[in-house]
Amino acid sequence: MTMNEIIIFAVSAFLVQNIVLTQFLGLCSFFGVSNKRTSAVGMGLSVLAVITLSSIVTYTIYYKILVPYDLLHLRTIVFILVVSGFVQIVEMIIKKISKPLYDILGIYLPLITTNCAVLGVALINIDRQFTFTQMIIFSISTALGYTVVVYMFSFLRDEINKSPVPRALRNNPIALLTAGIMALAMSGLV
Amino acid sequence: MNKLYTNLKDSLIKDNPIFVSYLALCPTLGTTSTFNNAIGMGLSVLFVLIFSNLLISSVRNFVPSEIRIPVFITIIASLVTLLEMILEAVTPTLYETLGMFLPLIVVNCIILGRAESFASKNNVKKSIIDGLITGLAFAITISIIGAFREFFGTGSISIFSLRLQMFTQEIMPSFLTKNTGAFISLGLMGWVFNEIKINNMKKGKVN
Repeated sequence: MTMNEIIIFAVSAFLVQNIVLTQFLGLCSFFGVSNKRTSAVGMGLSVLAVITLSSIVTYTIYYKILVPYDLLHLRTIVFILVVSGFVQIVEMIIKKISKPLYDILGIYLPLITTNCAVLGVALINIDRQFTFTQMIIFSISTALGYTVVVYMFSFLRDEINKSPVPRALRNNPIALLTAGIMALAMSGLV
Repeated sequence: MNKLYTNLKDSLIKDNPIFVSYLALCPTLGTTSTFNNAIGMGLSVLFVLIFSNLLISSVRNFVPSEIRIPVFITIIASLVTLLEMILEAVTPTLYETLGMFLPLIVVNCIILGRAESFASKNNVKKSIIDGLITGLAFAITISIIGAFREFFGTGSISIFSLRLQMFTQEIMPSFLTKNTGAFISLGLMGWVFNEIKINNMKKGKVN
């Protein structure tokens, strides 16, 4: 891949095909953690770490074990076990290496197992038949796209919380409408 | 039978999985662009939920509580793999359109939630009924969302192979079938849902 191709590929995964606003993955945590800015950053960073590392592991397992031994039907089971095991390992490593980082990310790590973005990226890597380099660029830029969108959304929710919203629209309905307008901006890029 | 109906009404209105607890938003937004896709997704979740509740409640006494979550996830993932194989053989078109959202049923919060909060504590018969009711509530809700988006986005609605054309496509807001419309229609429906709920509360009805 030339430099130009890499940039186009990364921007497309980061903005145009944004995982939250156009692929509808990771929505539970998107609405769940965007209420507070610190938790938005914490969740974003832990998703970034887990998506990148688990993509590499699942990709390697798929092409080195499942394909040679013709075990493709085990894909879903193996991937979810890898992701949930991986989350535990990341949690243990962070706890050992850096206590401050663990204090920030600690509570979000267990939630990541059921974040569809992680399993979703692992599956997209296989479905679109990426090469190893493409897979790494795709995973990192997708996870960055998630982090940036969650961070931006937490600012919007701050403003929403300060304004007089009708009772029936409070919390999730108004958040969904706001996210819809954000998605409109993204679809203007296509 | 009467009790079953009351339970279904409760889980549709009082604790609706989508409009009250906002669970499982990914499949709700990702697969409701048409009525047929939505109902396919709803029935898939119903299938997995009934059987996962059945299996989990029957093994609940043999699984140590420290490793229960990985065991539950493995059971759910096996059922999802089974479902993928069945759908690929029976309706390849539905299998293609649901695409990635089919393996993602594994991380559907409703299924793991019911496994953890109900099936791991109750007997087999109760768990099957609970799976049936929760699954039906989810299926009905996302079918309504799918019908809304398809009808107002295209002016027509397809129910299985039957197609009803009411308005021409040109005059309808076609963005409702796109990704923006997914967020906006779910937001509007949540608004209407809350409005009705608040009105009922004002009238003093217990709902």
